Amino acid sequence: MTNNRFILKSSPHFKGKDSVPKIMYAVILSLIPAIAASFYFFRMRALLIYLLSVSVCLITEAVFLKARKKPMHSLWDGSAIITGLLLAMTLPPSLSLDIVVIGAVVSITLGKHVFGGLGDNIFNPALVGRAFLQVAFPVAMTTWIPPVTNQINTATYATPLGNLKFQTAAIQGALTPLKDLFWGNIGGCLGETSAVALLLGAAFLLYKRAIDWRIPVGIISILTVFTGVFWLTGPDKYASPAFHILAGGLIIGAFFMATDMVTSPISPLGTWIYALGIGLLIGIIRLFGGFPEGVMFSILFMNTFVPLINRYTRPRILGERSTP
Amino acid sequence: MKTKTFPHGIHPQEFKETTSNKSLQPLPAPEKVIIPLHQHFGSPAEPLVKKGDEVFMGQKIGESNSFFSACVHSSVSGKVMKIENYNHPLGNPVPAVTISNDGKDRVFPDIKEQKDPLSLNPEKIRQIVKDAGIVGLGGAAFPTAVKLSPPKDKPIDTIIINGCECEPVLTADHRLMLEYPDDIIKGAELVRIATGAKKIILGIENNKQDVYNLLQKKIYTFPLEISLLKTKYPQGAEKNLISALLKRAVPRGGLPFDVGVVVQNVGTVKAIWDAVAEGKPLYERALTVSGAGITSPKNLIVRIGSLFQNAIDYCGGLQDSANILVMGGPMMGLAQGTSDVPVIKGTSGILAWAEPEHITEHNCISCGRCVTHCPMGLVPTQLMKYSKLDYLSEAESRGIMDCVECGSCQYSCPAGIPLVHWLRVGKHKITDLKRKKSA
Repeated sequence: MTNNRFILKSSPHFKGKDSVPKIMYAVILSLIPAIAASFYFFRMRALLIYLLSVSVCLITEAVFLKARKKPMHSLWDGSAIITGLLLAMTLPPSLSLDIVVIGAVVSITLGKHVFGGLGDNIFNPALVGRAFLQVAFPVAMTTWIPPVTNQINTATYATPLGNLKFQTAAIQGALTPLKDLFWGNIGGCLGETSAVALLLGAAFLLYKRAIDWRIPVGIISILTVFTGVFWLTGPDKYASPAFHILAGGLIIGAFFMATDMVTSPISPLGTWIYALGIGLLIGIIRLFGGFPEGVMFSILFMNTFVPLINRYTRPRILGERSTP
Repeated sequence: MKTKTFPHGIHPQEFKETTSNKSLQPLPAPEKVIIPLHQHFGSPAEPLVKKGDEVFMGQKIGESNSFFSACVHSSVSGKVMKIENYNHPLGNPVPAVTISNDGKDRVFPDIKEQKDPLSLNPEKIRQIVKDAGIVGLGGAAFPTAVKLSPPKDKPIDTIIINGCECEPVLTADHRLMLEYPDDIIKGAELVRIATGAKKIILGIENNKQDVYNLLQKKIYTFPLEISLLKTKYPQGAEKNLISALLKRAVPRGGLPFDVGVVVQNVGTVKAIWDAVAEGKPLYERALTVSGAGITSPKNLIVRIGSLFQNAIDYCGGLQDSANILVMGGPMMGLAQGTSDVPVIKGTSGILAWAEPEHITEHNCISCGRCVTHCPMGLVPTQLMKYSKLDYLSEAESRGIMDCVECGSCQYSCPAGIPLVHWLRVGKHKITDLKRKKSA
């Protein structure tokens, strides 16, 4: 008996198990410790900002998918949720909720869909939203409150990097202790304060190979070298590399934002160039720029170079060198 | 032991244990065989017989005057029923000779043993190989006589015998090496004599340690080296194998000739030995019938022109869930619409399993896995975009023609993009364009 019931498809017929949603949900899972830490430090404010940011991102994504007649399954590929979470994590806890909504809408529209949606965006969507808010609401975006766990009764509060930049904390010996930076009992953006929670998630991502290890390694090593040189020449004027690594948005930026696959280079060599560029820029901005923090701008700046980097770091084709 | 390998590539699950312990057994010759006249790379053969003719087993029934071609032989003795187009596993129907089997297996009288095959001169070996219709049995079916005729300005120093069998599921080459080690080694020596090479390297993946141990004892006095390679796909791809074993890079668009190498599959060298020593032309081959959709998977020696269905029936038939039928391995094999297709010289496997009906395709997220895994050093995702947009000159300069369609990119793509399909489309567009230009 002859059988004709077979499907016709092009080879290969085997497929690895990984998928875009799996990668995205691994990232979401890895953010959970840091999110939990922000609930612990900032309580209800944190919950509100997260919920709002994620739901507005999802709604905006749905509207765009519908309008652009794209398949709706893309809504649940996890990318919009990540954008919402990462945006919330980089916002000051005291930010008013209407600004959160604006940030989320801008992230998905200007950060993602104007370029053609997931995969075609040049910049990290969450950082586009954050950069927009930084420019549009400069005061609100730089007003900080102390974590609930910190017994200080003041309306405003400075971040460790703000102290370093504007209060010349290094000279006065009033730098935030590394222990606080590590555990997160400091002022700062919602999800960036606890280094240990972020590193826990990062370890999971590295284990899952959902992020390229070269990016955090490249950023952290060049930043260590750059800030280390200045620290060694003037330990009373400059903060140590350990301080720079643990303070501000460096950990979240290096492990969770610069590693966004869409907006980072493809080849290993390109990845090194990109990572070193980010690390160096962060060092320059933090030490000599007008802002206390430079992670966001550094990543966005290097994002613009990714197509160019990809162009010049194309891998060598087998036999290319021996081709006459 | 230190194993050799090439950069990049993938590690798909192997599923070889299903059949790797099962000896090769002959598939009983069916009542009729349908032998396509075009089973190889190059020009089709012209029929030498007509309807009603009596033919012997091993009798030449098709031949072409072209250099790039291969003869075709009858795999049974009996009567020619018809010569007309028939389904072909490579796609379009081609002329095929249908022979009713008289069941007597009367061997063609001209077939006789050679007394001292290893003393033959290169010219004679090439002639026998050509007359025996031998083609590369790894799957590409490139006429072997052509491979044994290197151009004068390209001296050959090394023969590589490809015993990798890097495709998952397939185990027929593994069994051939275990059951016919002497034939393979002597066949390899014939290849060496025919090309004037100095030495032979037989490359085996380290998932076939038993073969390695066996062959080590069989080297005798031949200038042969058995080399263990890492189990990695596509270790057996010609250019990657050369790079793994000899650290030589075949130039883009070039052939192994260009770096002084000839690569032959183990099945092919066995066929060469059979042809030269026993006078037996290529009318049967070893293949694996396996996959979760086959009731009792086996390694078989099958007469060319048996139908896929004959082999499947012999292996207990199909499971109800099976919805895909593939000729070759799961990575590079061709999906078949029907089991009513004949086994040809390039059929290294007949596989069936239950394939998910639909894979959700996402946008490319530039994860770069296709790049990390491409054994040819290409950027598949970029070539896919060029192919879609008809940017053909960019695609060509970025190496689309170097793609060997091994499928490593698509295997590792988390977005489920049919990369190989798009690269193939691009390659076809480029060759079409060139053909039109030269016409």
